[in-house]
Amino acid sequence: MHTNPSSPLLQLQNLQISYGGIQAVKGIDLDLWAGELVCLIGANGAGKTTTLNAIAGVLPIAGGSILYQGDKVNAVPAHKRLRRGVALVPEGRGIFTRLTVEENLRMGAYTRKDKAGIEADLERVYTMLPRVKERLHQVAGTLSGGEQQMVAIGRALLSRPRLLLLDEPSMGLAPLVVEKIFEVVQSVARDGVTILLVEQNANLALEFAQRGYVMESGKITLTGSGGDLLANPKVREAYLGEVA
Amino acid sequence: METLIQQLINGLVIGSVYALIALGYTMVYGILGLINFAHGDVLMVGALTALQTMMFLMGVAPGMSPVYMLTIALMVAIPVCITLGFLMERLAYRRLRNAPRLAPLITAIGMSFLLQTVAMILWGRNYHTFPQLISTTPMQPIEGVFITPVQVIIIAASAAIMIGLSLLVTRTRIGRAMRATAENHRVASLMGVDTNAVIAFTFVVGAALAAVAGVMYASNYGIAHYGMGFMPGLKAFTAAVLGGIGNLGGAMLGGIMLGLVESFGAGYIEHLTFGFLNSSYQDIFAFIILGLVLIFKPTGLLGERVSDRA
Repeated sequence: MHTNPSSPLLQLQNLQISYGGIQAVKGIDLDLWAGELVCLIGANGAGKTTTLNAIAGVLPIAGGSILYQGDKVNAVPAHKRLRRGVALVPEGRGIFTRLTVEENLRMGAYTRKDKAGIEADLERVYTMLPRVKERLHQVAGTLSGGEQQMVAIGRALLSRPRLLLLDEPSMGLAPLVVEKIFEVVQSVARDGVTILLVEQNANLALEFAQRGYVMESGKITLTGSGGDLLANPKVREAYLGEVA
Repeated sequence: METLIQQLINGLVIGSVYALIALGYTMVYGILGLINFAHGDVLMVGALTALQTMMFLMGVAPGMSPVYMLTIALMVAIPVCITLGFLMERLAYRRLRNAPRLAPLITAIGMSFLLQTVAMILWGRNYHTFPQLISTTPMQPIEGVFITPVQVIIIAASAAIMIGLSLLVTRTRIGRAMRATAENHRVASLMGVDTNAVIAFTFVVGAALAAVAGVMYASNYGIAHYGMGFMPGLKAFTAAVLGGIGNLGGAMLGGIMLGLVESFGAGYIEHLTFGFLNSSYQDIFAFIILGLVLIFKPTGLLGERVSDRA
């Protein structure tokens, strides 16, 4: 395993993904450099979640390639990608509802052997998410949506990811909770974790991200800095609900 | 009164064996949603392998102590069943992981026939006397109540195994991975869990329990043959459904309860039916229970699940 600073941490090259004969992602290119916070926005069904799932390895790809740290990982199964530092917080959070909150968090550290490091990281997660600490021994299915999202993010952090993939962390949550979650995302980014964020809430995502990609029916149609995209009339019309 | 305590003991003995088998059903169901109908036949393979080993040992070392002999027989039967469980999953069920549910179910029934037929070819169609190496001379702890050393060992060993399994599932890393995989394969793999390995492990643990249960069952009744796995398999399946399939505590509870119901039922069926049915109809109770549970509480006694909120 090597890190080459002159190449992106993650590179999608002409990535294609099909579901039962329907092409959901039709050849996209995307670069993500170490330390960046980049968002992928677009309407429902544009292929954003599909793309994240393919990067994490839980969905097979139909063509093109996924390069991670310069290596082609097309055929690497999900559990091995996690070991190499790719963590996905899936759409709908993917909490283990029958496990306790603490067990959920510890599942994040499943592949790690450094006990002291795990305990230290657990403490960090508790400081970051005080609400979670109060509910450690509760079965996770009893948590509210916002709390579940926090557990899902905390759990992903416990794997000490290099690349964190976030799939709609704001989905179904109240504005105040969303704010709190984005604060956490920002602090994770400041710690140097590279983040690829998928969001329907384009306004919010572009505000936080350094760069953004706009996806429409399986293709990337626009790319640029967060500020440029926010100012782009096409983006404003299509995703920010404004009439041009 | 003596009859009551006697039925209680008999029920606990057979219930413990049902519980061990039911655990195998319920663990596999929990993780794959598959009813492995060949599970009872793994028990049969365990019993017959142990029998074969004991016959061999009696030939080469006739003076060997019965405890050693039984231990060695178990040490052969368990790995054989583990291998069998592993191969079943690897060669048959894994290929059907994404197939419609009926396909693995039918495959499991086919697997059951296959195992029985192969066993019939290897061991013949006859009933074999299973050497009762541990004394079956009844003790009389209370006047008129009998319990044999074999029965004491069955109850004690089952309890120990069930406690061990509970600790494995609730306290260890692999146990956590099993529960996570049971809930969501995809998310478990996102945690770095090799879900195929966890599923294989689940089959292997279930098969090991079946091997032990097979030796217990055969030791208790003193008989083994190629079809012996069918009935306890079906009963243990009933026990798993009664307890709430997918739930480990439920399988234990369901097994013990079924054993007790059967034992009391067999003891009193003649009175209950005014002599119309005798105790050879005891199998009727398991299936009455199965029917009632499926009609009135299909989730079983402990099958309540935490709602997935939000």
